[in-house]
Amino acid sequence: MASLLAVRNLTIRFGGITALSDVSFDVAEGAITGLIGPNGAGKTTCFNCITRLYQPTSGEIQFRGDDLLRCTPQQIANKRIARTFQNVALFDHMTVLENALVGYHTRFPAGLGAWAAESDATHEALGVLEKLGLAGVAHRPALGLPFGVRKTVELARALMVRPELLLLDEPAAGLSHTEVAALGDSIKRVAADFGTTVLMVEHHMALVMRISDHIVVLASGRKLADGTPDAVRTNPAVIEAYLGAV
Amino acid sequence: MRPNGAVLTRVAIAVAIIAVLPWVVPSFLVFDLIYVAAYAIAILGLIILTGMNGQISLGHGAFMALGGYVVAILAHNAGWPYWIGVPVAAVACGAFGLLIGLVALRLEGVYLALATFSLAVAAPSFLKHYKQITGGFGGMSIDAVTTPAGVPLDAQHWLYYVTWAVTGVVFLASALLVRGKFGRALRALRDNPIAAVSFGVNPYYYKTLAFGWSAVLAGIAGAFYAMTTAFVSPDTFSFALSITVLIGAVLGGIMTFWGAIVGALVIEFLPLLAQRVNAGAPSVVYGVTLILMMMFVPDGIVGGVQRLYRRFARPRPSQPAFEPSAPVATSIALEKPSRE
Repeated sequence: MASLLAVRNLTIRFGGITALSDVSFDVAEGAITGLIGPNGAGKTTCFNCITRLYQPTSGEIQFRGDDLLRCTPQQIANKRIARTFQNVALFDHMTVLENALVGYHTRFPAGLGAWAAESDATHEALGVLEKLGLAGVAHRPALGLPFGVRKTVELARALMVRPELLLLDEPAAGLSHTEVAALGDSIKRVAADFGTTVLMVEHHMALVMRISDHIVVLASGRKLADGTPDAVRTNPAVIEAYLGAV
Repeated sequence: MRPNGAVLTRVAIAVAIIAVLPWVVPSFLVFDLIYVAAYAIAILGLIILTGMNGQISLGHGAFMALGGYVVAILAHNAGWPYWIGVPVAAVACGAFGLLIGLVALRLEGVYLALATFSLAVAAPSFLKHYKQITGGFGGMSIDAVTTPAGVPLDAQHWLYYVTWAVTGVVFLASALLVRGKFGRALRALRDNPIAAVSFGVNPYYYKTLAFGWSAVLAGIAGAFYAMTTAFVSPDTFSFALSITVLIGAVLGGIMTFWGAIVGALVIEFLPLLAQRVNAGAPSVVYGVTLILMMMFVPDGIVGGVQRLYRRFARPRPSQPAFEPSAPVATSIALEKPSRE
């Protein structure tokens, strides 16, 4: 499998604190890659570098061979990279449908053509909402929906980008055991249905081990290990970092 | 999205009321209603800028001043007719608005409010200083609008219909503008700028354009304000005017276009009513009314009416309107709602 995203020697410092130090890894096209590590390992920082919310101190990030570090944050969606946020970041005073349609923003034709595309976009958005079980709340404001539904709305918005790379920041956070089990299948299904590569930050080890094709382990801003779930699970350094939590 | 039919019905009713109104109210009220139209245009600009895009402007009086003075100077010094003057005023204000919008990109919330407020404070002094073209302290008189030959209306009714027709066009243009992609981008930037940017919404482009369009509207409003008064002076556009239109936007309802018309009615007629209630201290009556309104309808009069309508006009919803209904919750295949 070809590498869709290549992170090379990524380093970022905030003042005196080195959040990421010389981190390199690849995300294979069509695969689900898990990015794991204890709190403060730099997982979300890594996401924020990829989506250009942070400017790395040094290193390279390449997507399909393009240098992402030359992009502004608002150009990332154009590259068909979409994300969800650790603390659900919805447009609270807009309806669920409108939230999803913001995901379509970069796919609208420029200028007056955007008006003509509105009905196509709405049609597609309703289709995605339907698929994720959100059809019944399409016209409700995002504010006031239950937490799990809000996370699903975020996913719907990200899928409206038709992403080639989908970045999920802690999709299981706040969900119960049984919900996490269902989530794993859903992520696999969504990745297959929408033909998207997934890079997922997650704390929930069982989930990551079960659905990932490849796992990258970070600890204190450094890459600790990188390999298949089985290889990572038995890696002594990883076990030590998690104090046997695996 | 609301069904279009209901919106069209409401618009049709509003148009009918506006068309009939000047024939049923006393003549002096017709002038007040022309000012209401001008205020409504200015407030609409604030609804788009502040309500939809989250940029607070305390300086829209300055844009109104620019619009009013452009029309007045073109008419007074160059003898240009108003039908040319108003579009020129709109374009001038749009250009100035884009410029201020670029500056506004660097400022957020209360800092932007203060920066724009300084515009409003500076505008009258500026107008007084350049007296060769602005007429200085005394301002300048311009010709009152007259009815064109062949139109069977007196000057007052003619101006009324022209102003409200322009208001209608401006509302329609704004509604088309904020429909779809553009409007969603504005509101997305207001609700969550980081998420909006992550989905490709260019904050510089949309925020600057919102400021520009809002200034165009304020400029048109100022132009009609000047034409109706047939006079402009620095005091016409004091900093209090900026506050007044923002009060109108907030009281009317800053999230909906209807709020512009309701807010315009309030800022035009509330001071007059206050004068009647207590001629000795109208500002006290005005102020107390404002405080009471903010307490009881914090989302504006339109918002308050909508809430009342929901509560009383539809007492028997087929399902609880604001609880997630059971079929929805169980059909969340991907992630079931766990906790609030």
